[in-house]
Amino acid sequence: MFWLIPLFPGASALILAVFGKWLPKKAVSWQACLSVFASFVVSVISFFGLLQIPAESLPLVKTLFPWIQSGSFQADLSLQLDPLSSIMTLVVSGVGFLIHVYSVGYMAHDKGYKRYFTYLNLFTFAMLILVMGANLVLMFVGWEGVGLCSYLLIGFWFEKHSAANAGKKAFIVNRIGDAGFILGIFFILLVVGSGDFRAINGAIQGGVVTQGMATLIALLLFVGATGKSAQIPLYVWLPDAMEGPTPVSALIHAATMVTAGVYLVSRMNLLFTLSGVAGQVVGLIGAVTAIFAATMALTQNDIKRVLAYSTISQIGYMFIGCGVGAYAAGMFHLYTHAFFKSLLFLAAGSVMHALSGELDMRKMGGLRKYLPLTYPTFLVGAIAIAGVPFLSGFFSKDAILTRAFAQGQYFIWALGLMGAVLTAFYMFRLVFLTFFGQERIEQQAKEHLHESPRVMTVPLVILAFFAIVAGYVGLPVVFGEKANLFGRFLEPVIHPGSEAHLGLSTEWMLILISVAVALCGIYIAYVFYLKSPQTPHRVVARFPFLYRVLHNKYYVDEAYNAVFVKPLVNGSRAVYDHFDLRVIDGAIDGTAAAAGFAGKALSWLQSGLVKDYALAFLLGVALFLGFLLF
Amino acid sequence: MIPLGYFIGLSVLLFALGVIAFFIKRDLMTMFMAVEVMLNAANLAFVALAKAAGSPAGQVIVFFVITVAAAEAAVGLAIILLVFRQKKSIKAEDMRLMKG
Repeated sequence: MFWLIPLFPGASALILAVFGKWLPKKAVSWQACLSVFASFVVSVISFFGLLQIPAESLPLVKTLFPWIQSGSFQADLSLQLDPLSSIMTLVVSGVGFLIHVYSVGYMAHDKGYKRYFTYLNLFTFAMLILVMGANLVLMFVGWEGVGLCSYLLIGFWFEKHSAANAGKKAFIVNRIGDAGFILGIFFILLVVGSGDFRAINGAIQGGVVTQGMATLIALLLFVGATGKSAQIPLYVWLPDAMEGPTPVSALIHAATMVTAGVYLVSRMNLLFTLSGVAGQVVGLIGAVTAIFAATMALTQNDIKRVLAYSTISQIGYMFIGCGVGAYAAGMFHLYTHAFFKSLLFLAAGSVMHALSGELDMRKMGGLRKYLPLTYPTFLVGAIAIAGVPFLSGFFSKDAILTRAFAQGQYFIWALGLMGAVLTAFYMFRLVFLTFFGQERIEQQAKEHLHESPRVMTVPLVILAFFAIVAGYVGLPVVFGEKANLFGRFLEPVIHPGSEAHLGLSTEWMLILISVAVALCGIYIAYVFYLKSPQTPHRVVARFPFLYRVLHNKYYVDEAYNAVFVKPLVNGSRAVYDHFDLRVIDGAIDGTAAAAGFAGKALSWLQSGLVKDYALAFLLGVALFLGFLLF
Repeated sequence: MIPLGYFIGLSVLLFALGVIAFFIKRDLMTMFMAVEVMLNAANLAFVALAKAAGSPAGQVIVFFVITVAAAEAAVGLAIILLVFRQKKSIKAEDMRLMKG
């Protein structure tokens, strides 16, 4: 019955799209939330069902009907469930449900309420298709479906110019990645002859795919992953995507859709392992992105943008995991990240809600006493992401870094560690600027200052709970060989490959280093923003150039604008001016003008006198007869 | 027995008269009658040739032509009447609405 999982939100989206206009608001809220909850229930049941099934009979595949048949190529509409899909469905429907509930409160006064829930349900449906599709072609449908919903929801307030532009940017940047993805699919179809994951894995294990081919395909697929998961060089759309409603940022642009790239790489882990080079590229891109995005988060003043850069950085960590062969660790970080990052976004949304939509941290401060529930939950999220021991983020980030170290990837490990300092620093900068220090709230916003309603705070509390405990299913090896339940659960899908083992003392040392690093980052933030708030200004005065570069996000947007967007726009305009207007329009206008001219020139024949016509008739007949007779 | 050539000669004469009348007369009524003369010239030729060939086909065609001519007369006369009501004239050169 696992194939029912995507059906609930899909049906709900369809009903809302067709009949939403006549449904009362309350019914819309209930239906949208319950459909996702139903998916979650089925996901949980399927998960426990999966635990009973021996690894040999995995994955479970349900073929609903044949979809594309062309010659020897066939793609079915078939859904599959294996440990990897199961974790994704749990995350998507579980976190998705909480965010649906939160949205009921957050979007309560929006005039696009029903449209919002239609899109959100449609997104959940597409995301579930993405993670459950049993072949690459169906997965691509889900992949494009979530991209569409992302576009629709970023531009949800389309009357705002910046939101409409951000939606377009996300869509266009994703097109570039998708071009790579679809080329990768074509190559797989060419080599394997089928998009089915079992067939692909069989072909790889059977030696049908050469190493060079594997590298080519893996890199093409990774281009798609960098687009969807906002990695260098295609990350530019994600910060702008914060124009959408905050729950959307939490669901799509933090917890689920942007991690689809990590899912893709993990799903194709055999291919990446076979290639070797592609794995290196994935790890390096991940590490560079992790630190690059973290530095950009340091100087942003917009609370959601800091979180957006943090998301890019954390996905970088997941790719480090995939790149060094620790796919299970990457997936583990995906799973813990879904909790604490959606928690952070939702809590940030609650702050915005309390301050009548204020996003600028310079106009916050001291909110701790006004938001008695938002503050502790946000703090939990911040501690979790910073990598403080005993919370989920610590275990997953540590698993990735330890594996990178164990594989001898010291450079990547060092980058990851530096990123961890920065992460702790910018997260606590956020906490201190928002909830501590002196109040810098504008008078107008202060009058309406209030804690959010129950429907918003309860999801926060639940997510905070999971942000704390989610990590305990994947304990590091120092707690025993069998402590990593998460990794063992994934073993049927993720082939462990050559695993380098570290001594226990090294393991402990690495753990201590990451703890030290996290606490160090938090302490620096404390010194900078609480103990002596003048420090940031002094640092900025000391390194004005560095600050300008960081504050302007390395001028990457400007560079892309100058290198890609401007020439394209100007080139298109030139083609429009010279080819469209002159050649095409000229040809059409010319045809019309020629017909008009011919009509004018011959119109004297049409004298309007019956006798002239009769004469022409007579002459014609005479001529014709003469021709016949002689 | 009158030879066939006489019938044909008369037919040609009538037809030529019809054509000439059509081109030199200016009022629609007379032009209309000229058309009728041409039609009947053709009828005469058909009947004569049918008799000479010993086949009824020509006679059948004549019946068709007479029927069509009757219908045409009804429509044509009605049109002329309406034109006259509009323009107070039945001169052909007064109707130049279709001039290009």
